[in-house]
Amino acid sequence: MSTELSFSAGRVWAMLLRYLYLLRSSWPRTLELLYWPTLQMLIWGFMSQFLYSNSSYVYRAFGVLLAAVMLWDVLFRGQLGLSMSFLEEMWARNLGHLFVTPLRPYEWVLSLLSMSMIRVLLGMLPAALLAIPLYHYSIFSIGLPLIAFFAVLLILGWALGLAICGLILRQGMGAEGLAWTVVFTLSPISAVYYPVSILPTWLQHAAWALPSTYVFEGMRAVLFSGIFRTDYLLTALVLDILYLGLGASVFFVSFHNARRRGALLQMGE
Amino acid sequence: MLAECCATSHIGAMVAPAVKVDNLVKRYPAAVAVDGISFTVARGVTAALLGGNGAGKTTTLSILLGLLLPTAGKVHVLGEDMLRRRYRALPRMNFSSPFVDLPHRLTVRQNLLIYARLYGLADRRERIERLASDLQIADFLGRPAGKLSAGQKTRVALAKALLNEPELLLLDEPTASLDPDTGDWVRSYLETWRVRTGATILMASHNMSEVERLCSEVMMMKAGRIVDRGSPQTLIDRYGRTNLEEVFLHIARQPRIELEPAN
Repeated sequence: MSTELSFSAGRVWAMLLRYLYLLRSSWPRTLELLYWPTLQMLIWGFMSQFLYSNSSYVYRAFGVLLAAVMLWDVLFRGQLGLSMSFLEEMWARNLGHLFVTPLRPYEWVLSLLSMSMIRVLLGMLPAALLAIPLYHYSIFSIGLPLIAFFAVLLILGWALGLAICGLILRQGMGAEGLAWTVVFTLSPISAVYYPVSILPTWLQHAAWALPSTYVFEGMRAVLFSGIFRTDYLLTALVLDILYLGLGASVFFVSFHNARRRGALLQMGE
Repeated sequence: MLAECCATSHIGAMVAPAVKVDNLVKRYPAAVAVDGISFTVARGVTAALLGGNGAGKTTTLSILLGLLLPTAGKVHVLGEDMLRRRYRALPRMNFSSPFVDLPHRLTVRQNLLIYARLYGLADRRERIERLASDLQIADFLGRPAGKLSAGQKTRVALAKALLNEPELLLLDEPTASLDPDTGDWVRSYLETWRVRTGATILMASHNMSEVERLCSEVMMMKAGRIVDRGSPQTLIDRYGRTNLEEVFLHIARQPRIELEPAN
């Protein structure tokens, strides 16, 4: 393997350790990780309880809204978790230090992906566990398909996060707001809370181009009919690979351009 | 394969200068930051890039560090081509600048541990303790890096820069914003460190007395070009001045860029 590409797990761990130290250094940030998913779960749990007695749709599967809310958070938190760790380096103006070490850009990306998964798990697990005593609903009752849904949404979150980080590298901190907003454009067409058939026909084509749509349709198939749609999973994974490739390309091209423009030393608030 | 690679690298390290720059150009859409400079820095010396704001010093250092891609030219550091094989050179060099702080929210020890891991050091804790003692930072290893004074930050940045025992140390204004006492302490430390380790230091500076004291080779830069070079005393004699600051002012106030005189 060439020196340019030689991988070091130690360097990835060093970067992961940096983000864990950051998380540990601020309890409000750790609390925030737990706060939003739990709050969402509470709101939608009570809403589900209300609809349970008023809607035949929800009556057929009480957990469908709660599961949708929690799975949507995997996508949202996955993207945000990656972008936040990236932004920590921007706010600290730390790229000039990091990239005079032997750290490779792809090793940095691996640490960002790992930290994104840790943040998602830290945020989601307490909310999922709290739903069990509160609403007698366990998202884990979905079974093994839950792992597949989780993986597809997390990878899509990574793809989106990498593309956003690439845009921030290109446009500077003025594009920081993208980290909090872009993912929500996927929400209406991902059929999170309603079937994709509700959408206008022309929008359905866009919806089926998103891996997330297959997850939420697949989730409803499991919860309503007890059927796990492997065709949905395979299509979603193929789309995931495509989007992850695109997201990574945007990131690495932007990183290379940042080196050309001299932005690595200047990038920051 | 590894032995072959290291053996080659070792042979290269024995013969190659610490820094070799050939016809380096960095052009931005609106300006030329570095305009065809060439220079060599021998092993084991302290050299300086000297010039006013916008002369191209920091741009040159950034290219040497691999943070910035040049428009044209060749850059070799410790015998390695920085445009093709910078990861062979990066573990053997380091950088410090008072303008690039370490992350504020991490403690000094956490910052140093992370950088020690990034350099793949096995004896991380021992090395940090030793540097903390040498640089007198042991008392605030547990303090967040953002809560240090300018002098403390400079010493911590130096500790970071010396973690991997670099063969080449690049410094950008190493004593900027320090009081005279702390500045003098840093200069003494760097002098002693270089003599003890045989490493090479290349600094960008505005501080003429610092350059006179530390450097055996000076490259005077203006508008992206090297307009003169030599030892501080050679430059002082050449321009008939009494110190390097007068030489600097003379060059800076020349309305027209003059290329360095022929030998």
